[in-house]
Amino acid sequence: MTNGASPVVVLSGAVVVSSGFPLLSGVDLVVAAGTLSVLTGANGAGKTSLLRLLGGLAALTSGSGTVAGVDLREGDLRQLRRRVGWLGHEGSFYDDLSVRENLTFAARALGRPIDGVESVVSRMGLEARIDTPAKQLSAGQRRRLGLAWLLLRRPELWLLDEPYASLDDEGRTFFDALLGDVVASGATVVVSAHDRLRSDALVARTIPMAGGRVVGGDG
Amino acid sequence: MIATALLVAAKDLRIELRSRVLLWQVVPFGLMALLLCGLALGPAHAGNSSAGPGLYYLVILLVALLMINRSQAIERSPGTRSSVATLGLDPAGVFLGKSLALAVELWVTGLLLLAGAVLVLHTALHGALVALPSIVVTLGALAGAGTLYGALTAGGDTTVTLLPMLALPAFAPLLIAGERSFSDALHGGGLWQWWVIVVVALVAYLGVGILLYGVLEES
Repeated sequence: MTNGASPVVVLSGAVVVSSGFPLLSGVDLVVAAGTLSVLTGANGAGKTSLLRLLGGLAALTSGSGTVAGVDLREGDLRQLRRRVGWLGHEGSFYDDLSVRENLTFAARALGRPIDGVESVVSRMGLEARIDTPAKQLSAGQRRRLGLAWLLLRRPELWLLDEPYASLDDEGRTFFDALLGDVVASGATVVVSAHDRLRSDALVARTIPMAGGRVVGGDG
Repeated sequence: MIATALLVAAKDLRIELRSRVLLWQVVPFGLMALLLCGLALGPAHAGNSSAGPGLYYLVILLVALLMINRSQAIERSPGTRSSVATLGLDPAGVFLGKSLALAVELWVTGLLLLAGAVLVLHTALHGALVALPSIVVTLGALAGAGTLYGALTAGGDTTVTLLPMLALPAFAPLLIAGERSFSDALHGGGLWQWWVIVVVALVAYLGVGILLYGVLEES
């Protein structure tokens, strides 16, 4: 399912090895622009490693690939990183800074006006916690802060590692709606999850992974 | 580069103010180390000993290693590291910013320890004040070298133990020059040759850091 749009991701035989251990063992993948893709698979299947490769956060050991037009072997990965947004499952911000301080830091680093911070915080439902240090937030609130960081940035490629972890039902519904908005705005989203997305409203391509490879799927 | 440096320095200092690790852990540790040095010399000999400047810089070395590890640890939690990498900050600016923040922390700590040396080691107050400018420059150079070596050793499993081993040869000329200039300030000797060493080291470490910090981050 590529919708005929130009591909944002093209990987051919992509291998990533870290400390002698193969994290990806030859991934072939094409992801079209403006689509939502879900990487599924068991722990250790290679979902996070693939997301990190797409974000320029892990080096390609062999094979070839381009992401957002940047060659993963020869291109400027720093430029690629500026164009992607990453939400890890560990928490993607400074724990000792408040919600406002984290987002202001990100806005200033990107040269964006900081007056967008409060509206993003409001959209993520964190108004009451805006001056709370990130380490005092609940797991779900921390996830929302990570999403707020991305929303402030508006990257063209969103890479979300287990975004549903720690979210309650309300949070998941909220997150599904947000994903729908992001894809509708033309951005490309790649999500890792243990299972398919639960929302029928989201049209997503499922990419099953096992043993560091893509093993089929509806694309 | 300068804007990035100021942004990173402000963020690091804000985190330090918020966490109060410097105030409640590092400074008390340094003062206790100075007290132990004073007890080792004995109350009858501490004031007459020429070991004061050397002991002062020995304690500075110990607290500096703690502070360098902490400065790097702020950036090294996996999620934060990946998210900040996608901001595409200029590595030279990040190096300068982290060096500036570490320098400010070292200056504050160094000043408090200098007061401690006057009280506990009975170092002459006038000599300590004369030595102050050279201490400021020496600690600035230590901050530059420490940020560089902190990045070099960060990320591995043996970071905390590897840093002292790798950094000590780089710190040694600074510590010797700092100690000699402090001694000369106490005893009325010529200072200029030690100033040359410290200023050259400051410029060299900042220059190397600006050029290489991006490479260290990538590796």
